[in-house]
Amino acid sequence: MSDHSVYLYAIGDAAIADSEVLVDTTGVDAVAVHTLVEGPLAAVVASVDRDRFSEESIRTHLEDLEWLEKVARTHHEVVDRIARVHPIAPVRMATIYLDDAGVRQLLRDRAVELAATLDRVRGRSEWGVKGYAAPVETSAAEPAASASDAPGTSYLMRRRTERDRVARRRERVAETAEKLHQEFAQLAADSRVYPLQDPRLTGRREEMILNVAYLVDEAGAAALAQRVDAATGNELRLELTGPWAPYSFTSLGES
Amino acid sequence: MTYATSRADDVALVDLLDRLLAGGVVITGDLTISLADVDLVHISLRALISSVEKLLEQ
Repeated sequence: MSDHSVYLYAIGDAAIADSEVLVDTTGVDAVAVHTLVEGPLAAVVASVDRDRFSEESIRTHLEDLEWLEKVARTHHEVVDRIARVHPIAPVRMATIYLDDAGVRQLLRDRAVELAATLDRVRGRSEWGVKGYAAPVETSAAEPAASASDAPGTSYLMRRRTERDRVARRRERVAETAEKLHQEFAQLAADSRVYPLQDPRLTGRREEMILNVAYLVDEAGAAALAQRVDAATGNELRLELTGPWAPYSFTSLGES
Repeated sequence: MTYATSRADDVALVDLLDRLLAGGVVITGDLTISLADVDLVHISLRALISSVEKLLEQ
């Protein structure tokens, strides 16, 4: 029995096999990346140790941030190198086959869907837009309570007013973000809304209020960048990331 | 299209995990590491959060 498995990174046109782009590229287990070609399609793969990348081992490691980050960044590096030059359909992290035959079978069995997916991302790239609501400055100089107020009542009133003000602003910023998303989506062939990221992960004081990926062609990307720049204001701060390989737009069987 | 910015090293891990764990072509490999989307994202986020908290405690 073989002591290695095959880690699948991405699927692209057969032309990738003749490309220089994968020279000197190593995969998640420090083995050189290569391609497997079946008809018009190529799979980008690299060998991994069967034990280190067993189901159980991966499951255990998913909670090990160091491992997770290393694998994620290496996977991304491989995909990204190709995406700069070729249309590519990245495969979800940690998709593993026992041997080359399994990957070749996949390329044959799902050739039509895979080709359609590649066609959808051809000439396009993914850009991320994240929106943050700027923190609300609490009014330092609160009006002095009038003599007639019971001290407790006036404190509670001020607290309530302040809370309402913050809530209204949050609502307003969220509405603006939603409108902008609708507008950005018009520039894109497709869009995908991601869950908002936890502030503990973003490391930012602002609350995230928008997290969307857009699939755009070159003109769309330029227009998107321009609109994001123009729409960034005091209350809503927008950030553009990309270009990304089209990770968010390669689900099979979707239009 | 220019690829001058936002290359591998600059990419925020949390943005990368959004994409690598919930995006990409989903194929059942021979090793069915059933990466139930949401579960996996939660697992990874939990790992991230706990490691961030550990850093803060130090």
